[in-house]
Amino acid sequence: MNAPVPKPQAFVRAVLGRSDFAIIGEIVEPKSRVLDLGCGEGELLEWLAANKDVDARGVEISGSRVQRAIARGVSVFQGDIDQGLADYPDQAFDYVILSQTLQETHHPRQVLREMLRVGRRVIVAFPNFGHWSVRLSMLLSGRAPRNRLFPYEWYDSPNIHFLTVHDFVELAAREAWTIERRYFLSGQRKITALPNLRAETAVFLVGQAGSLRADCQSAPRP
Amino acid sequence: MIVEAHNVRFNSLPLDSGSTIAPVDLAYETYGELNPARSNAILVLHAFSGDAHAAGISPETGKPGWWDNMIGPGKGFDTNKYFVICTNVLGGCRGTTGPSSINPETGCPYGLKFPVITVGDMVRLQKMLIDSLGIRRLLSVSGGSMGGMQALEWAVSYPDRVVSAIPIASTTRHSAQQIAFNEVGRQAIMADPDWNEGAYYGRRPPARGLAVARMVGHITYMSDDSMREKFGRRLREKETFSFGFDVDFEVESYLRYRGTQFVNRFDANSYLYITKAMDYFDLTSGSGSLAAALQPAQARFLVISFSSDWLYPSYQSQEMVRALRARNCDVAYVELQSNYGHDSFLVDVAEQSELVRGFLASTFDKAS
Repeated sequence: MNAPVPKPQAFVRAVLGRSDFAIIGEIVEPKSRVLDLGCGEGELLEWLAANKDVDARGVEISGSRVQRAIARGVSVFQGDIDQGLADYPDQAFDYVILSQTLQETHHPRQVLREMLRVGRRVIVAFPNFGHWSVRLSMLLSGRAPRNRLFPYEWYDSPNIHFLTVHDFVELAAREAWTIERRYFLSGQRKITALPNLRAETAVFLVGQAGSLRADCQSAPRP
Repeated sequence: MIVEAHNVRFNSLPLDSGSTIAPVDLAYETYGELNPARSNAILVLHAFSGDAHAAGISPETGKPGWWDNMIGPGKGFDTNKYFVICTNVLGGCRGTTGPSSINPETGCPYGLKFPVITVGDMVRLQKMLIDSLGIRRLLSVSGGSMGGMQALEWAVSYPDRVVSAIPIASTTRHSAQQIAFNEVGRQAIMADPDWNEGAYYGRRPPARGLAVARMVGHITYMSDDSMREKFGRRLREKETFSFGFDVDFEVESYLRYRGTQFVNRFDANSYLYITKAMDYFDLTSGSGSLAAALQPAQARFLVISFSSDWLYPSYQSQEMVRALRARNCDVAYVELQSNYGHDSFLVDVAEQSELVRGFLASTFDKAS
């Protein structure tokens, strides 16, 4: 026997240093077509291409980040997420990823609808505005919350649409999207109890209404 | 780096216009070595007034190539890794058959008897070379401006022959403004009495007209910023105005110098033919929409534009990229910040080099 292969989750975390990336690394199936919106310098896409052999594409608004992403071999398009999806044909991707960016878009619901048009599934990760520290900070200080999750002053924050775990679940129900999987993170740890109060980051795998859940496609569990 | 200059003759070349050029000569240079699998060949395509001498020092003239900062050992197009080919375009005047070549029917230079050519004809001739070199697939086709048009033409005309395409500061078709500047250049040449309906070979060439055409061209290649930085309102070797029409300003001196220099290396009829080919180029013609025109393309694309390029503005590259995305093509795009206008792809190459290097490396890995 060879040395045990490290669990992908730990490995992704070591490479990428972001727990939401670790989850996304777990979710994405090998050889799939992936579009990462707000992909930064393409670290996640590079990892997915190298380790899961995916067809990796990205959209990023910052020219300098796009440059570094292309220089590392990832096909990234410089553009705006709010407008940038219109050109893609329907169902062009297996996964469309939006990591830590939903709260920065102008029209988040429209962005999510577009993501579900161009992709079979959507992976969305966002900071949870319902976390107890945010609630407490606002309650005690009476000012716009500022903490590790939301480190910006209100006047220069890129975050323009705050949402909680409950908010997202409710929107999904209203839009009849299927939430296939959900992960809640506190720091690097996965948690399950009281996510709306305890999760710093939420990661949802969302499919269209009526689409099969990912775990239905594999053999039924005993 | 060794510069290998070659000439090859083909029996005939059928043209889009329906006529034929026979025979046809093609001048090209190569840098680096073709690998045994013949999978590392890159065709670099020159812009309007370029030639086959893209890199290294020409044994003939002692001058560096027009993209010497991009092509060579360790550079963006790394000749330690890739085999780089550059041809002089059809209609040119630097070794490939053009209006200044001898017409075998008359024994005299073609002049205006040279048939009107297109970007598609240029690419068809290049493909004959690639066939003759035994190269099944080009790892990449790349060029700026008119070179980008040829790269796009390759990607749609011979989709199974190109793994990737890098059109830089280019367009899928000329706008009215781009056609207008070309027309001013052509009119300057044709207004010169020495042009003589194109029959000036062996006599005095239309040097004044060609120089004026080139002066206009140079203005369009720069930006307001880069001209301000380079010349401002500085006077040329004087403290006060001459109160006459001699050179007063540095910018006048520069344009006159560039115009005169150009006459020594470029043929006025080539100017007419090649600018016309650029104006005719329209990837959408016959297919209705750009996305439909790009339908055959299979290549991976890297599209680059420059913030200060007002001759080939970013919106033209973005149009191209949007159509490629609509076809779900693998396309990377970025607008680089540069003050050098359209010339940026030739002079401001640090970031461009990194993009090309990374894109080619990942393309090469995927292809092999």
